[in-house]
Amino acid sequence: MLQSETRIEGIVLDEGLVVTLAELTQLCGSSGRTLQLMVGEGLLRPQAGAAPGEWRFDGVAVQRARRALRLRHDLELNLSGTALALDLLDELEALRRRIHALEHQLGGLS
Amino acid sequence: MEYKDYYKTLGLARDATPDDIKRAYRKLARKFHPDVSKEPNAEARFKEINEAQEVLKDPEKRAAYDALGNNWRAGQDFRPPPGGPGGARQGFNFSPDEAADFSDFFSSLFNRGGGAGGGAPRKRRGQDQTVRIQIDLEDAFHGATRQLRLEVPEMGADGRAISHERTLNVRIPAGVTQGRQIRLSGQGGPGIHGGPAGDLYLEVDLKPHRHFTADGRDVQLRLPIAPWEAALGATIPVPTLGGAVNLKIPAGSQTGKKMRLKGRGLPGEPAGDEMVVLEIVVPPAKTEEARRVFEHMAEQLHFNPRADLGV
Repeated sequence: MLQSETRIEGIVLDEGLVVTLAELTQLCGSSGRTLQLMVGEGLLRPQAGAAPGEWRFDGVAVQRARRALRLRHDLELNLSGTALALDLLDELEALRRRIHALEHQLGGLS
Repeated sequence: MEYKDYYKTLGLARDATPDDIKRAYRKLARKFHPDVSKEPNAEARFKEINEAQEVLKDPEKRAAYDALGNNWRAGQDFRPPPGGPGGARQGFNFSPDEAADFSDFFSSLFNRGGGAGGGAPRKRRGQDQTVRIQIDLEDAFHGATRQLRLEVPEMGADGRAISHERTLNVRIPAGVTQGRQIRLSGQGGPGIHGGPAGDLYLEVDLKPHRHFTADGRDVQLRLPIAPWEAALGATIPVPTLGGAVNLKIPAGSQTGKKMRLKGRGLPGEPAGDEMVVLEIVVPPAKTEEARRVFEHMAEQLHFNPRADLGV
């Protein structure tokens, strides 16, 4: 076993990050066409820009696009199936957070 | 290296049909896909499932694997037979991107003889990797440096897979929230034939906190208060991630009342808030004096908390 050590700083994929379609293509290792189809499907929403060349996506969209591509590839889903899966996963996540918060509020009473 | 029982991984008998294999794979892939699954070892299980189906779905690879015989048990120490599986050296096709993730056992069976197709080896970008990291809420608030140990599979000069441990000291910026990813450019899988390395994505999983729960950048706190603080109003100290602050409780507050401490959640643009949920805690009536106070209240207040219920 070899050993090496590095100190590094990363970029958080959050609302503060803004990327173009070309940059998103690179981050996802995907074609611009696939990503445009995702926008067309409503699976991915640019936060600004009318034409593809002007689109701007935030870091949350980067994470979503990468997740969509993995699901599509690994589970052999089509685009609308992928969109549905992502929406349901988002909803599941929101409900989990809600339950978590409510359980916390009830903590002293239960 | 360990023998892998690919049939067992997919929950199949050795005489499974291609349809059985596909069905079993699809079902398990949905269950253990790391983007969907909450199973603890989803990532590792998903890799195993993929490796198993990569071999079993391909008649040639399956035949080569079957030729090892069925006397092996999963986890048993395995040494590849000389000359390749089944005694015949074959050029197997597989996606190098995916195969890079597979086990030593897989590479020993199918990776020998170097790149298929001949010609100059093509440069390939390394794989992107995603790793979940658990972070304390305090660290998400203040930022922190975390040490990560990563096992990096690498192709040795002889085409065999070797492992290599890497330690990364990663700066976790203040204000990361549950589920967000941190991208570390060029820290993923090593490039193949001189290609660039992939990226490493750290997915943030906030550890449960004793007092606070987080929802995005907002945090929530259940704040116990005394009945007289609720009834009369009071200014009381409240813990926040950045230290205690004073909060003015209005007179006539009840349990469940929510109050917002703006900007006291996780930092960011904009910073999150701290939601305080009041909870009135009744002191025990253990002493004669305490009993007298409660009895006095009962006599003087004529209070029916069940008036709404009609009883």
